[in-house]
Amino acid sequence: MADHVLEVEDLRVHYVTRFGAKIQAVDGVSFKLKQGEILGIAGESGCGKTTLVAGCMGLYIPPLYLTSGNVRIQGQSILGKTPEQNRKEVLGQKIAMIPQGALNSLNPTRKIKDMATDMILSHDEGADKKGIYDRLRERFSRIGLDATTVLNSYPVELPAGIKQRCVIGISTLLNPKVVVADEPTSALDVSTQKSVIRLLFELMEQEIISSMLFITHELPLLRHVSSSIAVMYAGQFVEYGTTEQVIFDGRQPYSRALMGSMLSAEPGQKSKKPIAIEGAPPKLDRIIPGCRFAERCPIVQPDCGTAPQEIRIVGERLVRCKYADTDLIQKVGGEI
Amino acid sequence: MTEPLKFEAKNLSRVFGHGKKATTAVNQVSFSIRDKEIISLVGQSGCGKTVLAKMLLRLETPTEGDLFFNGKPIAATGDPKNHWRQVQAVFQDPFSCFNQFFTIRSQLKSSFRLFETKPSEKEMEDRVDQALLNVNIKPKEVEGKYPFELSGGQMQRMLLARIFILKPQVLIADEPTSMVDACSRASILDYLMKLKEELSMTIVFVTHDIGLAYYVSDSLYIMHKGEIVERGTPDDVTQRPKSDVTKQLLDDIPDVHREWIKRDAPAPA
Repeated sequence: MADHVLEVEDLRVHYVTRFGAKIQAVDGVSFKLKQGEILGIAGESGCGKTTLVAGCMGLYIPPLYLTSGNVRIQGQSILGKTPEQNRKEVLGQKIAMIPQGALNSLNPTRKIKDMATDMILSHDEGADKKGIYDRLRERFSRIGLDATTVLNSYPVELPAGIKQRCVIGISTLLNPKVVVADEPTSALDVSTQKSVIRLLFELMEQEIISSMLFITHELPLLRHVSSSIAVMYAGQFVEYGTTEQVIFDGRQPYSRALMGSMLSAEPGQKSKKPIAIEGAPPKLDRIIPGCRFAERCPIVQPDCGTAPQEIRIVGERLVRCKYADTDLIQKVGGEI
Repeated sequence: MTEPLKFEAKNLSRVFGHGKKATTAVNQVSFSIRDKEIISLVGQSGCGKTVLAKMLLRLETPTEGDLFFNGKPIAATGDPKNHWRQVQAVFQDPFSCFNQFFTIRSQLKSSFRLFETKPSEKEMEDRVDQALLNVNIKPKEVEGKYPFELSGGQMQRMLLARIFILKPQVLIADEPTSMVDACSRASILDYLMKLKEELSMTIVFVTHDIGLAYYVSDSLYIMHKGEIVERGTPDDVTQRPKSDVTKQLLDDIPDVHREWIKRDAPAPA
């Protein structure tokens, strides 16, 4: 077995709009995920987080196309399959997703057990109904649900927290190697959020899932969830390092600004003003000559807009900024 | 504080359904909101905070108890429009607040219909421009645009632009930041503060995030199962919480400096 569960190599993914324009939504992303590792991907809306996820899962359904790059799970490439093959061989078993609007992703006209049975049947057509039901009961009790009642309920009969658990339960039925959690908690209140995260950790402890990609725009949440963080901006990673490095000692203006826009309920923090990042991310339908963050960067220098900025190693992590190793960077974001 | 009372509620309740299936959304709640105050209603999903906010907006009728606005019973304003001239809201999902088939500008302009006397065409245009500038959007940016062409953060600012046009006395902000991402959240909060400072508006901020509430408000009301379980100044409530619900809420916020969930983290890459 390879060292890394998931390997993404220089992945480039684009959309084609109905006017024929090409939008390079993910532009050269590489990362590796170890067994048991949780990688957090942070960034604002529209930076390409969800497209990256679709790319990693091989969901190339028009208007989304693969430009170049490779995705390997346990050493085997998952690209170049038909959607049908992909669904049968990859999704659910190798990589599974916990969707963003988890509460709306259950079919309201079907019982939980029917949806879960579908999941198993689509990968193992010969399985018998009785066996499946026992398996479901066993799994749902393991994730702390009253299995018999929940399985026989319709989604509307269940409260939000339980529904979220069901979605996670169904997604992880086939013990996928990698779980992609795409903003699993953004629609939940803080208390439910905590219980969902706790459940994900339990699943990892029970070795039902082994590694996780956790997508969110809440950096403080990643502090507690992930072991490493990649900050994404305009389709590229701008900083990729351990959680401690990115959160407490960011070296890229964007990740520092992102951290500076958070607030907390700590004593004495009321005077600390969250700083918004003004402006919007650049449009990706054209080639951007220089650094992509230059337009909004608070410490932009005259030569930032000319040459594309490559990602490089600064202070033991990957950073995409010309001035990452200068004092200039300390001016962004302020105290955390 | 010697400011006059804006809202006063006495034993306010709202029950949905009846008999065995009755659900008490708001249960015997009493409070008062003073002029130019920012108060926050904080609680988990389903604790009744939105129902309470809707009662303040006259979108729900209380089943029991009295609600006074500016010293008069709320139902006595007659035409609800009279009430809405003074009390306005910003909701959670800005996309569901705008009609997809009309341009944003025309919809902002149509908010003048609420006024008793409509200003002149020229003045309306100017005031829309001014309101857009207030929320940091160049009027040209949204010229001829429809709601689906804008991002969530921009749409939420459009809702706030509407408030800058209408200039109500009270603004009810029902989870205005839960649909926007973290970087836009800070700017939305800035505009709320601006509304308070420049237009001396009274703001009722409804949220599940006690951290946000702590940041914006003058007093906090913690709700649980339809009741207000704790109230006080933000510093008192967050630093010396008395109720278990408050402690739980504070504990559940992922904060960078505090341990949140115990777990043996695997070695990072």
